[in-house]
Amino acid sequence: MTIDLGFWTLQTLNALQLSMLLFLLSVGLTVIFGLMHFVNLAHGALYALGAYFAASLAAVGGYWMGFFLAPVAVAGVGVLLYTGLIQRMRKSGPMAQVLVTFGLIFALLDLTRIFWGDLALAIEVPGILSGRLAFLGVEYPTYRLFIIVLGTAIFAALSLVLSRTQIGAMIRAGVDNDAMAACLGINVERLFFIVFCVGCALAGLAGAVAAPLLSVTPEMGLQILIPTLIVIVIGGLGSLKGAIAGSLIYGFVQTFGAVLAPQLASVLIYALLAAVLVIKPVGLFPAKG
Amino acid sequence: MLELNAINSGYGETQVLYGMSLCAQQGRVLAVLGRNGAGKSTTLKTIMGLLPTRSGEIRFEGKPIAKRSFDIAKAGIAYVPETRDIFPSLSVRENLEIAAKRFGGDGADWTFERVLDLFPRLGERLDNGGAQLSGGEQQMLAIARALLMNPRLLILDEPTEGLAPIIVKLIHDKLQELKAEGLSMVLVEQNFGFATSLADDVVVVSKGQVVWTGSAQDIRADEEAQHKWLGV
Ligand SMILES: Nc1ncnc2c1ncn2[C@@H]1O[C@H](COP(=O)(O)OP(=O)(O)O)[C@@H](O)[C@H]1O
Ligand SMILES: [Mg+2]
Repeated sequence: MTIDLGFWTLQTLNALQLSMLLFLLSVGLTVIFGLMHFVNLAHGALYALGAYFAASLAAVGGYWMGFFLAPVAVAGVGVLLYTGLIQRMRKSGPMAQVLVTFGLIFALLDLTRIFWGDLALAIEVPGILSGRLAFLGVEYPTYRLFIIVLGTAIFAALSLVLSRTQIGAMIRAGVDNDAMAACLGINVERLFFIVFCVGCALAGLAGAVAAPLLSVTPEMGLQILIPTLIVIVIGGLGSLKGAIAGSLIYGFVQTFGAVLAPQLASVLIYALLAAVLVIKPVGLFPAKG
Repeated sequence: MLELNAINSGYGETQVLYGMSLCAQQGRVLAVLGRNGAGKSTTLKTIMGLLPTRSGEIRFEGKPIAKRSFDIAKAGIAYVPETRDIFPSLSVRENLEIAAKRFGGDGADWTFERVLDLFPRLGERLDNGGAQLSGGEQQMLAIARALLMNPRLLILDEPTEGLAPIIVKLIHDKLQELKAEGLSMVLVEQNFGFATSLADDVVVVSKGQVVWTGSAQDIRADEEAQHKWLGV
């Protein structure tokens, strides 16, 4: 194996691309978790739905239609889930929530099978994002660069909203102490609903942008769930910083592990997870210190 | 102004309040006294909608009180909890703004400038994180935040707990100013002297119900009640 600068650049970009995808998924889940102590294991299934919506919409109106409308459609599914199920389960404790949302994974899995069938779908990358760009001495797929840029932009936008706006302050207050936030006149339930919908939309967006990279199958939501949970456990519950840090750690360990120590790759991330849990059981940047 | 009628309430299976009844009058300060564990904090949490009432009725300004905490806050009750509950992820400024933005419309009594006049110390700390304050500063911030809600009724849970005597004195003077302006208050306290010098009316709570009712002068003169219910 010849290892040169191009190799490092290439793998770094691969790691960043994986990280950004995981970030889009984990940020919604972790903030929902932090704000309302609600465990939504079906978050990965929403990612799969995003990919399916994107594939179907792209077949009708092209890639960008899928890109913009899939998140909206997934947020719509989120609204149904919220009003039909989650709202009623807010006070039923983590065990019931885990069981119900775990069951939901399989219900959604079967629904995607019924609507879209078992065959994998493919989705075309739009013209301007196809091909490769010369970047720091390597030729890198433009589409993957696009994912990196998109993830970074969304991270920047979310941090701006969280740190600078009134609704951001309300969300942080709600994560810190929802009872006190309510005593200050904040409708924490409605806040949760908004955050939940944004989280669903981001999961849908992640599915839509991931769709061209891999084949769209019903199981993709299940496959992404474990990495997403690892990300939020490493990063610490409830915080944006934790989501980005956990995603970067996972992305880099996974990518470099796979090329530098292939025989160890599958256990590396779990070893890291165990190490983080021993040293800092609450994760690296939990919302509640 | 605020009326509790035969309230039963508690935490899950554990009942703590057994027929709690009390009445806070407009423009007056009601002190709620009683030993540790008597149910004082539980009473305030029940008023704020943080604990459900199992039976009985709470009325605020003549109407049944709202169920949800944020509606209760909007109806005009501000709460300073025993643990102060400053948001650690928010700066001091944000802790104040979060109340001011929601309740400080045009012509509001309490403004950002005015609470900083009341507690100048907070003005020096505006950009500090909520977690970086001393106990006294946290208490000032909790009171300032409550005032920015421009409440009609302020309820405070042991505002002097764990504070140095000089800060206790400061809090006392500030609450005295608020009282002089006619702000209605419910004050839960362990500090007998502090409470009775501020209060007009007093109720003493034991085992989840009111066992003594009277004026602040009455209880100061009633050594038997002090001894029996408060161990003073
Ligand atoms: N979160 C809780 N869960 C269960 N029991 C509680 C809780 N908080 C307080 N209690 C119990 O309720 C009783 C009254 O507590 P509290 O209202 O805090 O008393 P006080 O404020 O008068 O000191 C105590 O016996 C206490 O142990
Ligand atoms: Mg108490």
